[in-house]
Amino acid sequence: MSRVLDIRDLYLRFRGYTGVTDVLHGISLHIDAGERVALVGESGSGKSVTARIVLGILQELRTARIEGSLEFEGQDLNKLTRRQWHALRGTAMSMIFQDPTSSLNPVFTIDTQFAEVLRRRDPDLSNADATSRAAELLESVSIHDHARVLKSYPFQLSGGMNQRVMISMALANRPSLLIADEPGTALDVTVQAQTLKLMHDLVEESRTAVFFISHNLGVVREFADRVYVIYRGRIVEQGPTAAIFENPGHAYTRALMAAVPRITGGGIPEINDVNPAFLDPLVRHDGDAI
Amino acid sequence: MTPILSLRNVSKTFGSGDTVVHAVRNVSFDVVPGECLAVVGESGSGKTTLANIILGVYGQSGGEIWFDGKLLPARRTLEHRSAIQLVQQNPLSSLNPKRSVGASVRLGLDVYGIGNKSDRWSLVEQALQEVGLPPEFRRRPPAALSGGERQRVAIARALACQSRLVVLDEPTSSLDVLVQARVLRLLNGLRRDRGLSYIFITHDLSVVRNVADRVAVFKDGRLVECAPTQAIFEAPQQSYTRQLIAAVPVVSEEELHLRRKLAEGTTR
Repeated sequence: MSRVLDIRDLYLRFRGYTGVTDVLHGISLHIDAGERVALVGESGSGKSVTARIVLGILQELRTARIEGSLEFEGQDLNKLTRRQWHALRGTAMSMIFQDPTSSLNPVFTIDTQFAEVLRRRDPDLSNADATSRAAELLESVSIHDHARVLKSYPFQLSGGMNQRVMISMALANRPSLLIADEPGTALDVTVQAQTLKLMHDLVEESRTAVFFISHNLGVVREFADRVYVIYRGRIVEQGPTAAIFENPGHAYTRALMAAVPRITGGGIPEINDVNPAFLDPLVRHDGDAI
Repeated sequence: MTPILSLRNVSKTFGSGDTVVHAVRNVSFDVVPGECLAVVGESGSGKTTLANIILGVYGQSGGEIWFDGKLLPARRTLEHRSAIQLVQQNPLSSLNPKRSVGASVRLGLDVYGIGNKSDRWSLVEQALQEVGLPPEFRRRPPAALSGGERQRVAIARALACQSRLVVLDEPTSSLDVLVQARVLRLLNGLRRDRGLSYIFITHDLSVVRNVADRVAVFKDGRLVECAPTQAIFEAPQQSYTRQLIAAVPVVSEEELHLRRKLAEGTTR
């Protein structure tokens, strides 16, 4: 199976007025073609910055110091020029953000924004072709009144509708890697469930690899094939989803699992949110080839 | 036991004519002292409008609200306002960034005239200690606190006003699970020790299962089902409630089992 993304020993430091802050302490992870991999952790653990490094966005920030090897489909990302990296975004790799309504541009209609996305891969696409292609793509995310949606502005659509528009845009150019940063968090549970199901089916069909970032263990369990658990910039546990959920090995993962309230009841458990054991070395489960 | 709060056919509309929005339609329920009533529903179901009506942010368009056996007037007295307090979802935006957290907690005491001027700082420190924060935190700005600490300050602010009913509007949805567990335990303890009543507004049903005594399910401004927590989760009467529970992402086999049963519509 070919490897889509391979991150080795990634370090990230931010230089600020008060000195240097270490954010990532040498994390390694990989994603194979068609695989759905989740990165789970609390806020501030380094999930979103990892995604931004893969996209090459953080590299443009002067205060960020990044070290480590990044390979995307066999090519070394660190050797790319800014222009080459820009060409990858929106075509070979794309991203879905947490809040769909604020990640779509409020002053352009969906139609215009869709055309822009499609022209990333096919610069000579005519307006009429872009519209019909956009309609097809919206159909694939079960939006049936595409004529109305395409003429609307993002604020005229519901959050769930916008998120589906985002998903269809992100998959429009058939990327080999989709990065989804907390895609359901801003949505209601029922809408979140539908959105995840839809995204699951679409990536399965197009064999797109997904790098899924979340703090919600329930969502991860339903969506991912493999899981990395991150705590304070270190990967503390990795393995297939079933193995991690049935038999969490690391103290931090166990605490996370125990802290999730259950719909079957049982009260709120007594767990410390700081524990020196959370910094224990990596636990790796079988079935996680390296 | 007389309910601490009762709503009788309360409704709220915004706008008029063609653009009228019925945010809350003909809602009636009671909250008894010491109870935690969860209000659940999707966005747009009227949860927050209901909270604002209970808090007196704006009046209801129809119906009556009774507090502690007395009809609440349209213009609330200071006493009413201090007895019903609010904890909001995002403590970073609900605390004034330019004030120390102590000053934020104290503001309520000054407005409602609780305690002597000279005692108020010690009341503030007491309230902070009650939520498990060291008293010297009162000098810090909200920016120097973590998310969980900020939310505890917001809770301390609600408590310091000698509140009897606290409206919790998504109090833990901006927190990580480990911090959430800690804040929920704190809320449970305070309710027990002080005999508080909570109206717990949330869309997180797994939290509801573990903290609420009763659950009120809202849809399009209507109260569709109101029952004790266990009954709601084990034998929901409405298909909408079943759908809501079946959509919750879960982590254990046990929960999957419950969800599957609900999806089939065949509960024990």
